[in-house]
Amino acid sequence: MSLAPALRSGPVRWERTRLLLSTPTFMVGLAILLFWVGCATVGQTLVDPLADDMMNSLLPPSAEHWFGTDQLGRDMFARVIAGSRDILIVAPLATVLGIVCGTLLGLIMGFFPGLVDDLLSRLIEAVLALPLLILALVALTALGASNGTVIVAIGLAFTPQVARVVRSAVMSERHLDYVAAARLRGETAVYIMVVEILPNILPPITVELTVRLGYAIFTVATLSFLGVGLQPPSPDWGLAISENYALIGGGYWWTVLFDALAIGSLVVSINLIAEGLNGALE
Amino acid sequence: MSAPAVPDALRIENLDVMYRVRGQERSVLRNLNLRIGAGETYGLVGESGCGKSTAALAVMRYLPRNGRIGGGHVLIDGEDLYGLSQTGLRQLRQTRLSMVYQDPGRALNPAITVGAQLAEVFTVAGAYSADADKRAVAMLRHVRITDPERVMGRYPHQLSGGMLQRTVIAMALAVDRKLIILDEPTTGLDATVEAEVLDLIDTLRREHGTAILFIGHNLAVIARMCERVGVLYGGLLVEEAPTRELFAAPRHPYTVGLLRCLPRLGLDRKLRRLDTIPGFPPSGAVELQGCIFANRCGLVRDRCRTEPPALSALGGGRSSRCFFHEEAGDLPRVTPPDPVEHVPPGEEHPLLVVESLGKTFGSGSHSVHALRDISFTIARGETVGLVGESGSGKSTLARILLGLERADPGSRIAFEANRRGGTQARHAIQMVFQNPDSALNRSHRVGRILRRALVRLGGLRGEILRGRLLALSRGVQLADSYLQAKPRQLSGGLKQRVAIARAFAGAPQLVVCDEPTSALDVSVQAAILNLLGDLQAAERVSYLFISHDLSVIRYVADRIAVLYLGRLLEIGPAESVFQGPHHPYTEALLSATPAPDGTLRRVKLSGAPPSAMSPPKGCVFHTRCPRHIGPICDTEEPALSERGGGHGIRCHLGSDDLGRAQVDQSSAA
Repeated sequence: MSLAPALRSGPVRWERTRLLLSTPTFMVGLAILLFWVGCATVGQTLVDPLADDMMNSLLPPSAEHWFGTDQLGRDMFARVIAGSRDILIVAPLATVLGIVCGTLLGLIMGFFPGLVDDLLSRLIEAVLALPLLILALVALTALGASNGTVIVAIGLAFTPQVARVVRSAVMSERHLDYVAAARLRGETAVYIMVVEILPNILPPITVELTVRLGYAIFTVATLSFLGVGLQPPSPDWGLAISENYALIGGGYWWTVLFDALAIGSLVVSINLIAEGLNGALE
Repeated sequence: MSAPAVPDALRIENLDVMYRVRGQERSVLRNLNLRIGAGETYGLVGESGCGKSTAALAVMRYLPRNGRIGGGHVLIDGEDLYGLSQTGLRQLRQTRLSMVYQDPGRALNPAITVGAQLAEVFTVAGAYSADADKRAVAMLRHVRITDPERVMGRYPHQLSGGMLQRTVIAMALAVDRKLIILDEPTTGLDATVEAEVLDLIDTLRREHGTAILFIGHNLAVIARMCERVGVLYGGLLVEEAPTRELFAAPRHPYTVGLLRCLPRLGLDRKLRRLDTIPGFPPSGAVELQGCIFANRCGLVRDRCRTEPPALSALGGGRSSRCFFHEEAGDLPRVTPPDPVEHVPPGEEHPLLVVESLGKTFGSGSHSVHALRDISFTIARGETVGLVGESGSGKSTLARILLGLERADPGSRIAFEANRRGGTQARHAIQMVFQNPDSALNRSHRVGRILRRALVRLGGLRGEILRGRLLALSRGVQLADSYLQAKPRQLSGGLKQRVAIARAFAGAPQLVVCDEPTSALDVSVQAAILNLLGDLQAAERVSYLFISHDLSVIRYVADRIAVLYLGRLLEIGPAESVFQGPHHPYTEALLSATPAPDGTLRRVKLSGAPPSAMSPPKGCVFHTRCPRHIGPICDTEEPALSERGGGHGIRCHLGSDDLGRAQVDQSSAA
């Protein structure tokens, strides 16, 4: 369009970005996350997590094997680096699925008060009463464990919680005059929900996304540990801990410690990012 | 000036205040000098962003974190505020200095009872708690709160806005202060409540001898309350004078401009457009080259652009920051004086006919009649003004007409366009909202907002759409570049222009304006009212204009409807409603509105409006009516009876006994 000179771009958005970049917790979180994302993308090309060497099993950390070796003589360092891959595919996809479904549900609940909202709210409360892990376990036992089913199970388990957050955000927007103006134009409910309201509730959804991602990583690791998540011979961290934790008693602490630290660092990094975003967006 | 025996309540000397915004220093107050004598009321006026509130905060020593004092002194009761230790400051705020904020609801802690908060003021000042309670009750009684013992145990949300503001004033007055700062204390209140609160402040001030710094943008209120007035512009005091002199003969072009923006008695949109002040207030970032007002001044000369004028004394306690202050009154009018070519409202079939409209919320014993038996018409090209206090049902009526709310069965709303049928009908009624911030979607650009309206309401697309978009935005005097902007990048007035453009996108026949200017400065209000007038003349649209500002209603409306507790108490041509005979309630509303010249004759209403949950039996107004004539009012609801010339009044009194405009009021019964 050939319209007169453009105005300066949104100062608020720029302000937020600057605020984020100057928040130490956010930057630390981001650095850790980027490190693991790097490992997930190029890790497998640099190290081989599957190369076994029965002659050198259960070696403690040394200059040659930084994190030691496991029962099969596989290098733990290579396995920790490569183990970031599956979890960083499964957890974000599960989170996105949960956010998308939850947002749709929340928009509908927030926008149609009365019967629709009441029914869905009671349903959600019923689901929320069950622990997340139990839900996922039941679903995975029924569906069979694979990357795909883990994504679906966690995504659906997240949906109700996201829906509640989105619902309350929609409720506070719904009474604003721009929604009335849209009604006066004869816009459809779908248009009002998606085009008018959704952009204005993105900040809380973004925060929810990061918080859920942290939970998702933890849940994926837990499910793998319980044997219903990712399957061997994946170098996945949760799976590795599950395979090796019986060895701790024998003093082979390195077979578990580094995987546990990896899970911890990833969850902490996501939480640091979530905290930073929350501060900047509120 | 003789040497004062008591020190001035407030003395501001060469005060500079800066805010740091995005790494840049902005001057908010520049070299401010001000003196308020003991027991004096001083008004500080100006448009938003001119530094009024900053001045108040600086005097409280309560500037936000990014603000700092660049230089100068603030002396309260002779003591240097910024030289005090923290303990000294606390002591000063406990005993000698206090502030009443704009929104009383937010000034009180919602989780603590009113009584406890009020008593705390006394305990802090050194009273025992039993004594403090007793004094708190006395103070509430003092600010004319009925049944103070009961109110003591209430929480803030259980009290009305007027009660809250009186409570806050009671807190401010609890200890005999030397100075109270009032920051727009009546802005959110209804006219009758506002009048009551102002009366109260005035009486208490006389009793206690407290000095008051009154901050406001409502010139009429300032004129009524203050002995002296200072006008702030861009952080500079541009004029200062005793109130009467200032309003009678302002000596700074900015003051002249501000006063001309007000819709005055006898002004009518059919006769004359309102004056505005062209341009925008300075942002504060610029270094002063010449006079700060030069860019917007109609009298500007070369000297004004190069040399900043000083605030020079003119004698008689007046001063002005203008080289040519004698000529200020000759400021050329900026708006063409020729009246808008006004087409009289059509005689043909009315555009909108509303008959026995009712609206009930809830059901059974909990039902609330928000509206009952409302009948009126709106002709093509006519403006009907709708007046009423909050809770009277104004907004519900608007929402029903717009189709956002459903009327009770039995109501009849006939809209002419309906007969042509189809989807056109709904588009023919549009709305301009009160708060432009929430009326525009903050994540859409202006161009997108208007384009969508044109697509939906005008059914346009392609090349025609593009052309019409530019025509539409230019029609509301919006520069093309703003189409790329997000709403938050625009000022309140510009946002309201966008909202108006959106309402006019599909050639509506009726536009409901819900207090479209109440959130705006007077100069912006004038521009918006002019714009609405021009659009009406061009498009022959009808307006339903909701407002609590009677001077605005009088300027814009052909006919006026007065709503109280969901009943139409009066409806008729604007002139006859204002001249009278009018309903006792209308009379009270009219007399509650202060005029800019400070004259006022009061008909006082007692008590607060009754709850709509349990409206009084008989005439709904009888509980507060100053002209109550007897049991008939308490038991029988009067009919809306015709008093000649299409003027209907719902009152048992005969036309001769009803009040009239002030000139001949004394002769009325």
